[in-house]
Amino acid sequence: MTDTTMLWTAVYIVMLAAFTGYVVISRVPAILHTPLMSGSNFIHGIVLVGAMVALGLATTPLEQAIGFVAVILGAANVTGGYVVTERILQMFDRSGKKPGKEA
Amino acid sequence: MTDLSWLIDPVYIVTVFFFIIGMQRMSHPLTARSGIVWAGAAMLIATLATFFTPGLTNLALIAIAIVIGGGFGYLAAKRVAMTDMPQMIALYNGMGGGAAAGISAVALLGTTHAATGSLAVIGGLIGAISFTGSIIAFMKLQGWMRPRPITFPGQQVINMAVLVLAIISGILVIVQPAWLPLSISVYLPLFFVLSLGFGLLMTLPIGGADMPVVISMYNAFTGLAVALDGFSFATPNYAMVVAGIIVGAAGTLLTLNMAKAMNRSITNVFFGAFGATEENVEIQGSMKSIETDDVAVLLAYANTVVVAPGYGMAVAQAQQKVKELTDLLESKNVQVKFAIHPVAGRMPGHMNVLLAEAGVSYDHLFDRDEINPEFPSTDVVLVIGANDVVNPAAHRQGSPLFGMPILDVDQAKNVIVLKRGQGKGFSGIENDLFYRDNTRMLYGDAQESVGKLVQAVKKF
Repeated sequence: MTDTTMLWTAVYIVMLAAFTGYVVISRVPAILHTPLMSGSNFIHGIVLVGAMVALGLATTPLEQAIGFVAVILGAANVTGGYVVTERILQMFDRSGKKPGKEA
Repeated sequence: MTDLSWLIDPVYIVTVFFFIIGMQRMSHPLTARSGIVWAGAAMLIATLATFFTPGLTNLALIAIAIVIGGGFGYLAAKRVAMTDMPQMIALYNGMGGGAAAGISAVALLGTTHAATGSLAVIGGLIGAISFTGSIIAFMKLQGWMRPRPITFPGQQVINMAVLVLAIISGILVIVQPAWLPLSISVYLPLFFVLSLGFGLLMTLPIGGADMPVVISMYNAFTGLAVALDGFSFATPNYAMVVAGIIVGAAGTLLTLNMAKAMNRSITNVFFGAFGATEENVEIQGSMKSIETDDVAVLLAYANTVVVAPGYGMAVAQAQQKVKELTDLLESKNVQVKFAIHPVAGRMPGHMNVLLAEAGVSYDHLFDRDEINPEFPSTDVVLVIGANDVVNPAAHRQGSPLFGMPILDVDQAKNVIVLKRGQGKGFSGIENDLFYRDNTRMLYGDAQESVGKLVQAVKKF
């Protein structure tokens, strides 16, 4: 593909993704704002895979050092984001489990 | 190792699909819990598939870094109290931003391609701002820093100058003009120092009351930075692009919704230094305190009681006791409702989460528009650790709070304010409500006060 086709493909993808993000969140009740913010915080943890590639393809020690830190930060974003969202959403569970068991 | 790199693209597509399903499920109360599981599964397969990237080296380093970062994130998130969740979101969001900035840095050290390089520069700028900005937000909410706005003369000018210089150095990283004697080894560090500095400077003047909006905005920022970084590789990483853009769009909308609920515009949040200036209005009347037993009498003989909780309830961990009190009053045929202001606490939905944790059912919770018409016919309102969201100053022109939608608790026959001391709310603005004739103050730790109330009400 030429650079121009690549560019337009990218624009299409970005447009559709932006629309998806907008639609998914547009009719959310206020009580779910915090879990959803936490959930989307988890989803941008996908930065981890980019950090892995950056570190994995790094050649100089400087690139390796930066990549190493980036993977640490990305991994913390992923696990922390997941646990926080999970814990918040657990509060919404009405299956009768005794509250307060967690934490 | 057999070449399994063909797996990466199909796995990434499934990942993105699962992310969307997960977000969709997270936006409905009944399916919300399964949403994060979908997203989590997606993240797991994406991470595993990435190990098959052609030419990937430093595998041991990658694994070690994942264990360190992942372990820290997991343990910290498990150990922290529910009340501290908002700042944890800020912290992890900042880390995501930092990771994005790091990816940009590595990309810019290697690439000379103008188009992808430019995207990496923009991603790096936004990621770095999100990184330091979120860390400041975390420190303010965690109490490691004073939550009040930090202002100094010429602040806006200095901030703008730092941003402009960051952008210029970012352009220099890409262009590297021959007529300048310096090289990328100067421009790149300079670019990141300035970007990180701008995130810090831009967050300092923002007061604690506006932090939810700020965290939400930095969340959208990180999403955008991740998406831009997705283009910085030789072959674009579309999982990062799509997931990042979705978060960026959803986060922006969420930020605007939150700001609207607080009647604050985004420009106001960032340039208003809310609560920094004191308003010089003489408030009529005085604060009148009340004893536990007197409150118990009021409650026990009331027909309708409305509880208006705020951050103070979260800090004191009083939600269990509040639930006990609710049950007790209902057994005495007192109707109890909860008035939930959309931004009570540190985040939208903060109160719902805590009350749900304590076992208060949804049908007891009412939002502002539902409950406001009922206050004039309410016998007793218990304000538990809420301040700004019940401040009638919001109806007075000239008040910094003017126009913010509030719970009109001052309309009720009796207002009991449970409060630790005589301090001001997070906005730093004096609360007219405390001086009203129908208001009484019950001082003390909210958990203790409500506990005593339960004992006192039992006597009737």
